[in-house]
Amino acid sequence: MNAFGVLSAVVRRDLLVALRRKSEVLTSLFFFVIVASLFPLGIGSEMDLLRKIAPGVLWVAALLAAMLSLNRLFANDHADGTLEQMALSPVPLGLLVSGKILAHWLVAGLPLVLIAPLLGLQYDLSPRALLVLVISLLLGTPLLSLIGAIGAALTLGVRGGGVLVSLLTLPLYIPALIFGAGAVEADISGLGAAGHLSLLAALLTLAVFFAPWATTAALKIALE
Amino acid sequence: MLTATDLACVRGDRRLFSGLGFTLEPGAWIYLTGENGSGKTSLLRILVGLSPAEAGEIRWQGSAIGRLGDEYRKAVTYLGHHNALKEELTARENLCTGAAMAGINLDAGRADALLGSVGLAGREELPARFLSQGQKRRVALARLLWSESPLWILDEPFVALDVAAVAWLAATLAGHLAAGGMAILTSHQEVLIEGSTMQTLRLAA
Repeated sequence: MNAFGVLSAVVRRDLLVALRRKSEVLTSLFFFVIVASLFPLGIGSEMDLLRKIAPGVLWVAALLAAMLSLNRLFANDHADGTLEQMALSPVPLGLLVSGKILAHWLVAGLPLVLIAPLLGLQYDLSPRALLVLVISLLLGTPLLSLIGAIGAALTLGVRGGGVLVSLLTLPLYIPALIFGAGAVEADISGLGAAGHLSLLAALLTLAVFFAPWATTAALKIALE
Repeated sequence: MLTATDLACVRGDRRLFSGLGFTLEPGAWIYLTGENGSGKTSLLRILVGLSPAEAGEIRWQGSAIGRLGDEYRKAVTYLGHHNALKEELTARENLCTGAAMAGINLDAGRADALLGSVGLAGREELPARFLSQGQKRRVALARLLWSESPLWILDEPFVALDVAAVAWLAATLAGHLAAGGMAILTSHQEVLIEGSTMQTLRLAA
């Protein structure tokens, strides 16, 4: 079986598990929808203010929502022994881990990207700004999954790992937040979002190469 | 051939064993015994390469296992305390994805045949959470049937199995050893594998 076959088998497995455990999948999506909807309700209908806070609020909400499901990324596989089998497989662990991260993004990241324009309407964002928001999230949410995977692997099997993973990953999320929210802000103020989006894409490229490697190293330590 | 020399293991500030060594030849198996907490599982995890040994060396076909990497992982099939099954997936899906993650392509028809031979015919579509402990163990043991590894390292493989399944596993092990395979297993019950060379390795607590 070639590398692509293994990767797709891992992704398919994790998606299948997520599909049969719907409540866990929907939690992060509903969290995102509710948090993003609370702000317009709380602040009222001051369009100028809403437009101004929209990029930051939507991005912070997406960031927290993506983090909610991080604990489960490896914890279940660790508990039932699957992670041991992955580590002992002749297939490189990095490949299997990449598959798991990809599946995590498809379950916890992609739905946020798809629902974001709808939530953006509540903040009176222009169609153009909504498009930039979607592109920034499309580049940013995989980055969140990749960085989060390192944190999840490092806190695997640690008591109180849930809080620890937030403390560990939230600071690392800051660049993604700055460039992601910055892209939308720049577009609204007419500066053009290309610069911010390029930097976000560069960060994503960097993470695609290094995050699975760092995650693999952390998992091997956790399994010892 | 698997050779271990002078292995030592420390957990916390307790020395579980030291100066442990053995040689395992093709067609032979090691029966690892010892009281609870004597370090059987720790030894097995060191032998498969999951944990590092405090001291000593393990060689597979003459080379240190750390240097062999993937080549050694291909040669070993390990079955730990956990069954490595996903509760949400059916027995068939568990078997197929388990094989895929080891880089082996197992189609649904072959998986059903293997499940049939471990006595789970008709249960292929049942999610693993509806299976009993013994049935889950059988699904986990079905991994031995697609495994192409010469060395099987099994941690308490007989736990939760009924009489028929114990006999099936003993016969499977006998077949594996007769074909030149090797096995190391722990068990708290007597294990009889016909026509094989057995070494007993006893860990003192």
